[in-house]
Amino acid sequence: MSDCVFVGTRKGLFRIERDGRGRWDIARTWFLGDPVSMLCAEPGGSRLHAALDLGHFGVKMQRSEDGGATWSEAPVPVFPTKPDNLVDRDPMRGVDVPWSTQLIWALEVGGANALWCGVIPGGLFQSSDGGDSWTLIRSLWDEPRRKKWMGGGYDFAGIHSILVDPRDPAHVTVGVSVGGVWTTRDAEAHWELIGSGLRNAYMPPEKAGDPLSQDVHRIVHCPAEPERVWMQHHNGIFRSDDGGVNWQELSDVRPSNFGFAVAVHPTDPDTAWFVPATKDEQRIPVDARLVVTRTRDGGRHFEVLRQGLPEGPAYDLVYRHALDVASDGERLAVGSTTGSVWVSEDQGDSWQTVSEHLPPVLCVRFAE
Amino acid sequence: MTTISFTPNLARYVEAPVARIEGATVQQVLEGYFRANPRVRGYVLDDQGAVRKNVVIFLNQEPIRDRTGLSDPVRKTDEILVVQALSGG
Repeated sequence: MSDCVFVGTRKGLFRIERDGRGRWDIARTWFLGDPVSMLCAEPGGSRLHAALDLGHFGVKMQRSEDGGATWSEAPVPVFPTKPDNLVDRDPMRGVDVPWSTQLIWALEVGGANALWCGVIPGGLFQSSDGGDSWTLIRSLWDEPRRKKWMGGGYDFAGIHSILVDPRDPAHVTVGVSVGGVWTTRDAEAHWELIGSGLRNAYMPPEKAGDPLSQDVHRIVHCPAEPERVWMQHHNGIFRSDDGGVNWQELSDVRPSNFGFAVAVHPTDPDTAWFVPATKDEQRIPVDARLVVTRTRDGGRHFEVLRQGLPEGPAYDLVYRHALDVASDGERLAVGSTTGSVWVSEDQGDSWQTVSEHLPPVLCVRFAE
Repeated sequence: MTTISFTPNLARYVEAPVARIEGATVQQVLEGYFRANPRVRGYVLDDQGAVRKNVVIFLNQEPIRDRTGLSDPVRKTDEILVVQALSGG
């Protein structure tokens, strides 16, 4: 059970805490004015990693060893020197892919002392010294089909989801927007493009099932049963029972199967949450009514959860990292583009408004 | 020696004092500066050593021409100013 949620926003990092009466409120703020694109709290809660996107001055990492009491600048994942004459262009727009970290989009702990970082333009980095140094996983970056990844919402492709198998840290799966699902089972020696059964509707029809052109918005696996993977895809919701090799599309989802975020219960692989939006040019809640959807039976049925969420018109979008579930599987947190944050203590049955006045929320993460 | 100074906006993140550095090109002056102030590098240059997209380097009040190779020649009496380009919100 966690009484603490970190909220990374367009203008700073916030810590939300629960008091003895069950009220959640803002307890601390850091980096005010600076976009915090990702936050990772290592188990135990002392060491924190925050990714800042300073715009003019680039991406920066900040690290705390004392739960956020003090922070210091830490090394950033940096790309190696791009070889002269190497052609590396976005396949759709024909512009050069920068070999330079544009945005830190994923930070995860996995395996023994390993820290993982996914970035735009598509690099996967690993640190085995707590973030003192980062190594680009060349086996994935140099995989020839990586050059077919393309930008989705951003100019260039990026890795937003990193799933490290709790049973076997040599088994790592990543989600790419836009570039499908990739997995290694031999500690990054080889990568396999997986994703049979995924379907897109934005490519020519004969490419609809091409695993490489799937716009994965977010993937999460159930820590207790990592073969169960849930996906929010640009074209809908998918479920895999074999670690992402094969997928089943769940098409009958009301009010919408479009969205960005997904969370899965840590021990019950059949329970997952999504935040639907109008597909796909508008990206606002369906009928201006913000809801969370939940399945408890592996996707056969979905419930619409709205108690405590805004009664009136709402135009919030919940980004892919702005929905999280605590390790107890009971508490959930959601943050939105309007700067609202809600917490649930009953698996989403009811929600408490923490704030409606934060900067736009980029990520929420429970600290355990 | 060439004088190099930085936008005050950088001070919020990293100390970047004014310095006088020996060098025949902008790159040589910057490298000399980064040797003494290594943290400043990542705020000015990207992973490939080019000037960050939203940073501008002025050489005697004119933006440098070579933002990738930083090959613009400098003289001892020159002044280099590193600023942020206008953007954001």
